[in-house]
Amino acid sequence: MAQNSALFSELMSDLHPPLSGHEAGVESDRCYFCYDAPCVTACPTGIDVPLFIRQIQTNNPAGAGKTIFDENILGGMCARVCPTETLCEQACVRNSAEHKPVKIGALQRFATDTLMGNGSHPYQRAAESGKKVVVVGAGPAGLACAHRLAMHGHNVDILDANSKPGGLNEYGIASYKTPDNFAQREVEFILDIGGIDIKNEIQLGQQVQLGELLEQYDAVFIAVGLKDANQVSLEGASLEGVEDAVNFIANLRQTEDYSALDIGRRVVVIGGGMTAIDAAVQAKLLGADDVTLVYRRDKESMNASLFEQDLAQTNGVKIIHHAAPVKFIGEQNDLAEVEFEYTRQVDGKLQGTGEKFTLPADHAFNAIGQVLQKGVVDADLITLKNSRIAVNEERQTSHQKIWAGGDCIAGGDDLTVSAVQDGKLAAESIHRYLSSKN
Amino acid sequence: MADLNSSFAGIKSPNPFWLASAPPTDKAYNVVRAFEAGWGGVVWKTLGEDPNVVNVNGPRYGAVYSADRRLIGLNNIELITDRPLQINLDEIKQVKRDWPDRAMVVSLMVPCEEKNWKDILRKVEDTGADGVELNFGCPHGMSERGMGASVGQVPEYIEMVTRWCKEVSSLPVIVKLTPNITDIRYPARAALAGGADAVSLINTVSSIVSVNLDTMSPEPSIDGKGSHGGYCGPAVKPIALNMVAEIARDSDTKNLPISGIGGITTWRDAAEFMALGAGNVQVCTAAMTYGFRVVEEMITGLNAWMDEKGHANIDSIVGKATPNVTDWQYLNLNYVTKARIDQDACIKCGRCHVVCEDTSHQAITHIVNGERHFEVIDEECVGCNLCVSVCPVQDCITMEEITSGMDVRTNSPINPDYANWTTHANNPMAKDAT
Repeated sequence: MAQNSALFSELMSDLHPPLSGHEAGVESDRCYFCYDAPCVTACPTGIDVPLFIRQIQTNNPAGAGKTIFDENILGGMCARVCPTETLCEQACVRNSAEHKPVKIGALQRFATDTLMGNGSHPYQRAAESGKKVVVVGAGPAGLACAHRLAMHGHNVDILDANSKPGGLNEYGIASYKTPDNFAQREVEFILDIGGIDIKNEIQLGQQVQLGELLEQYDAVFIAVGLKDANQVSLEGASLEGVEDAVNFIANLRQTEDYSALDIGRRVVVIGGGMTAIDAAVQAKLLGADDVTLVYRRDKESMNASLFEQDLAQTNGVKIIHHAAPVKFIGEQNDLAEVEFEYTRQVDGKLQGTGEKFTLPADHAFNAIGQVLQKGVVDADLITLKNSRIAVNEERQTSHQKIWAGGDCIAGGDDLTVSAVQDGKLAAESIHRYLSSKN
Repeated sequence: MADLNSSFAGIKSPNPFWLASAPPTDKAYNVVRAFEAGWGGVVWKTLGEDPNVVNVNGPRYGAVYSADRRLIGLNNIELITDRPLQINLDEIKQVKRDWPDRAMVVSLMVPCEEKNWKDILRKVEDTGADGVELNFGCPHGMSERGMGASVGQVPEYIEMVTRWCKEVSSLPVIVKLTPNITDIRYPARAALAGGADAVSLINTVSSIVSVNLDTMSPEPSIDGKGSHGGYCGPAVKPIALNMVAEIARDSDTKNLPISGIGGITTWRDAAEFMALGAGNVQVCTAAMTYGFRVVEEMITGLNAWMDEKGHANIDSIVGKATPNVTDWQYLNLNYVTKARIDQDACIKCGRCHVVCEDTSHQAITHIVNGERHFEVIDEECVGCNLCVSVCPVQDCITMEEITSGMDVRTNSPINPDYANWTTHANNPMAKDAT
């Protein structure tokens, strides 16, 4: 990526640079080693935070990394992308003490980087079970599930629709959160356990059907994510320049040459989640003059954390609350402006106020959420709920041989770390199921 | 402003803060810098006989750190001065002449023979120094040659050498004691019997600070080997405070002036030593950690505290706490306290709960009505203070004296009268309460 290096350095540079050994030592000393620590409870994967920080503090960072991976094999990526300010760091008692939590995320990165840098995989597989499990989707949920299953001695095939594994880690997260090809390095680290085979460019519902998988494998884990973006069914939505934010991010993540991405001068992003922020900030870093993020509700209702909102504003993104898109206005086939109407909350319902405004735009990115891709899962085989896959506490679907996790299940919170937990819980449940069949 | 002028064993200085005999007082350059910074006096680094000793050419110090890498303990294997005697004597004379208001005490260590001690004392008298300190304390190196701590560990030797010195010199003689003994009162009594004008303590504690787990060498390592050194710094302060108090409250030595040494880092440390009976204090590690300017904090801090409490001068604080040091058997067994947790200050780290639960008396809650909540269970609390000791928030947990009603733990009424072990029913040796 030589041609990218100078102009777009911020796109590739770390949002949170790694801690040095000295910084990690000083920061780890701030941890109180709480009893029944609130940070552990706040972590969806239940990482033993006080223990790993104490291991860093006692100069055992690789041991700290192992403590993290014991609960979260994607601890390296989570250290980079977790909204820690609403999870572990929000729970830290140091907030009560001096409004400054221990930098748990940064310490987690220090530990996981250290262990991953050692070049040896920290786990060994149990004896071969002779069972075969198929994992559909090589995103965080699928990878976590596959690794845990492999640890238990099962053989795992991962089928993934894309040409590279990693899922949203590879295609859906802002570049400055995971520079240096970290998503692929992490996949390699996970695969080092052995017993996992990844087959790319195989999409469920197309190249292979769920029914076939049930015949070929002892169990199935579905972690296909939400590949279809919600569409704004508005006038002008098909104009050149109106695009899904997820596509924009995926293209940007995979491009060899940022300068080839024509971002234009004026960009409008519609939505209020992490994807909207990632798209807006990256558009700005790509060189757009004006980037405006428009969200139909208030600041507190945005799915993006306050940290992410601040990050956007620090990067020069303007955020407009309480406005909804009305139509896209073009010149010939090209987008020229987007018309919005101000909104207000009346009796808990959102209403247009009638007052309208337009924003000039060369590009408009829709980031109003994604849905389960049509035709991927067969509703005759497994039950859906709210258009997503219904699962029980163990992440088992209505079919006794099928489990599911990650964004595609009902009730999820669209976080990488939660997807990892889904994969881990499903793997343990599958392992119990397979063991009981012996 | 309180008067910080100090007169210790007849030696005057503008404040009670002296630098101890150690690397910071090895030569005129350092001592002049110390006086410029405001130190009230110095004890010049220990002089010996020519030919001068030699030091190792590798590391002399080893460190113990707190978790945030603050130096809390320092260990050294440096010997007495390694410069020729006459150079030191000339510099002492010059510096004393240039700084007449500061205390200039000269530390000495020569073989345990009458002639050797008397010879060097005559030489020191010629410098115009204010006093001498007999180094019977260093536990490393010199002790192998029959000097330093090996003298300080034999009360008879202390008395003998002190007497020789007093016979030949009119200078005040301060005897510096080693803590590497079982009962500090014996060497202190011996110094007094020999005619000492004062004692100073503690010298350093025999120690190995750490082991290099790669080379398996003790630190500081000299070519793969280590030798025990002398331990000092904040870590030794509690040991020193106790020894100072033991001498200050001993019926034989209670009037013997004490120069307090051992981990003094702040004005507060100094005030504590003086409250337990030290007439002044000597500092080394704090200066070796932060430089000479720390004395400014000590002077201003001591002044502010004395003004706040209405103490006019040094004499009015020395020994103020000594009467409150007693034997365990005289502690009031009717004094009852319970821990109290300030819920507004509590940050809910839970350490008070877990240490009480795991290692003490199961007297602090963890969950109350389904909520994370830490509260003292009076029925179980013995008032031990462990929770206070581990709480990271100052004054969040305090001990409250229960003065009336019942102690709900023992189910017995609070007794306002003083009663100790000597009269307790469970004491087989109990005397009549009459």
